[in-house]
Amino acid sequence: MKTNRILTMAQAISEGIAQEMTRDADVFVMGEDIGAYGGIFGATGGLLDQFGKDRIMDTPISETAFIGAATGAAAAGLRPIVELMFVDFFGVCMDQIYNHLAKNTYMSGGHVKLPVVLTTAIGGGYNDAAQHSQCLYGTFAHMPGIKVVVPSNAFDAKGLMIQAIRDDNPVIFMYHKGIMGLPWMAYFEGSTNAVPEDAYAIPFGQARIAKEGTDLTIVSISQMVHKAVLAADALDAQSIHAEVLDLRTLVPMDTEAILKSVRKTGRLLIADEDYLGFGMSGEICALIAENLDTIALKAPIKRLAVPNVPIPYSRPLEQFVIPQVSDLVQAAQALMLKKAALRAPL
Amino acid sequence: MQVGKEKLLWMYEKMVQIRYYEETMAAVYMEGKLPPAIQKGLAFDIGAGPVPGEMHLAAGQEPVAVGICAHLSDADTVVGTHRPHHFAIAKGVPLDPMTAEMFGKVTGLCKGKGGHMHLFDSAHKFSCSGIIGASMPVACGAALAAKKMGKNWVAVAFFGEGAANQGSFHESMNLAALWKLPVIFVCEDNQWAISVPKTKATSIEWVADRAAGYGMPGIRVPNNDAIEIFEAVAPAIARARRGEGPSLIEIKTDRYFGHFQGDPETYRPKDEVQGLRGNDPIPKLAHMLQEKKMLTTEEDAAIVLKMHQSVDQAFAFARLSDYPKAQDALQDVFVQGRSDARAVA
Repeated sequence: MKTNRILTMAQAISEGIAQEMTRDADVFVMGEDIGAYGGIFGATGGLLDQFGKDRIMDTPISETAFIGAATGAAAAGLRPIVELMFVDFFGVCMDQIYNHLAKNTYMSGGHVKLPVVLTTAIGGGYNDAAQHSQCLYGTFAHMPGIKVVVPSNAFDAKGLMIQAIRDDNPVIFMYHKGIMGLPWMAYFEGSTNAVPEDAYAIPFGQARIAKEGTDLTIVSISQMVHKAVLAADALDAQSIHAEVLDLRTLVPMDTEAILKSVRKTGRLLIADEDYLGFGMSGEICALIAENLDTIALKAPIKRLAVPNVPIPYSRPLEQFVIPQVSDLVQAAQALMLKKAALRAPL
Repeated sequence: MQVGKEKLLWMYEKMVQIRYYEETMAAVYMEGKLPPAIQKGLAFDIGAGPVPGEMHLAAGQEPVAVGICAHLSDADTVVGTHRPHHFAIAKGVPLDPMTAEMFGKVTGLCKGKGGHMHLFDSAHKFSCSGIIGASMPVACGAALAAKKMGKNWVAVAFFGEGAANQGSFHESMNLAALWKLPVIFVCEDNQWAISVPKTKATSIEWVADRAAGYGMPGIRVPNNDAIEIFEAVAPAIARARRGEGPSLIEIKTDRYFGHFQGDPETYRPKDEVQGLRGNDPIPKLAHMLQEKKMLTTEEDAAIVLKMHQSVDQAFAFARLSDYPKAQDALQDVFVQGRSDARAVA
């Protein structure tokens, strides 16, 4: 690989797309404000100038039509990337996603190939309220037929985007606004990191250990990884050594990495910016519960997530419902004091 | 329908109030969002300051709101868009709780839970949404309720020209025409869907022409002029109140600010807004009122002062109000009361 540059996540994503578009003439991009604007969150910055309007296509606000068209174009042999600004907006076109894009391969007995990448922005923390702040990766992970990619930093984002474009299946690629490195929104600086110039792919289903530790495991994804690392740094000072896992993809999920870490530490904190109920945190709890014959938990599992309310607008309300670094620190401290009632025999 | 002096003066007052509200908000919104108070390296921080989050302002689009709402009473429903302030003010939503909402205060219309795109005022039958094209089905529902209840109330759905390419537009138009619902669909054509101009997104020049496809009148209003809008929409309101069904109105209007505050607007010609402001509908109406001897210079000054004071008062009220308690975030997912009240009756 050639030299590494420091890139924002937005720059890394658009570079990954550009390299695949150069390599493969079948790849093209559709979406709202992705051309002259470069994507509201910068994920297609510079692509219009490089590839022209026939491959970088601004669309009308007609999501059912253009996301459905991506399914049709993919079935016909192309490799569309379609962006829909905010994940919250998927409601208007969900039928094309969950009844068609996600199911046509299966319903066809596997002969319809749908290499579509759906890209969208997720996450809150900047007071954009209930219709512009959700994560919803758990919703997409719940429905069979779409791979779910949720990167936490520029290096991973480029490699995962290239992998997504090369995958012959539908992939939803969800970038948190608060780690894109935008000049108009506060972000976690750990997300802007060294990115090789050459194209590279990161396989799906491989969690990354963001920080090693021995006393408890913090499983997280997306922007929450940065909060977890900051919390772990603070806990180091109290001689509590947390291991932080960045899942990177929810579908497929690296279950082995989670089990391995929890077997080592015996304590698990799940930190999630999606809703608490019926989501990622519950799924991981179930994974642990199903493997208690090989795990000796030293304390009950703790989950931090949005407590089943829409994201409120007002700053103190929003900060209360979205787990903050201080919440992670307190939860970890509490876990260290608790004891599991039953020890599973090993 | 000839517009009388009282309505003319009301429309003028409201436009002055809306414009000053938006200009005040534009200034207040920037508080705390610029260097050096923000993260190093940022040009602007959307989540900082007393009014955080996105902010979509409607300066330039005042005639649409007042020209339509001058026909309405509290009993009529208005459903607005993500750019909702002008509609809310023209519909009579009180400025103090509306402004407190945007400051995220407990005295806000929605106790700080909604924010500027999600203003709900049941007393004035006003609501809006941050989702494009969401106003039309909801307005159909309000109209259906009026019809079922035997009232001559109407419902107005405001939406932008970009939203006319949403499925909800086409579905709502058909439903309203089929069921003869008292809805007025009002398309605010400001030519821009964020960065995408209408010419690059819509297959025909006039959205209003689509009305024919659904069997309802389509009315074109080519000028951003309150009187022209008031007169053009009058037959549509009368038709709806008579129970004869919906109409579609399209108004060419102007967006003076960016899509949101902080929008670099690199997609829009540098001098476009300057040209639009040269055709500002507010001084034009003031001039016309003075020409027709309906407004003296002194009366004009008194209106401006009164409207500015009302806005300044609202911002002061918002600043002085308290934030909600953090734990309040857990309330209001469901309404209070018995969920089975009807069943056990």
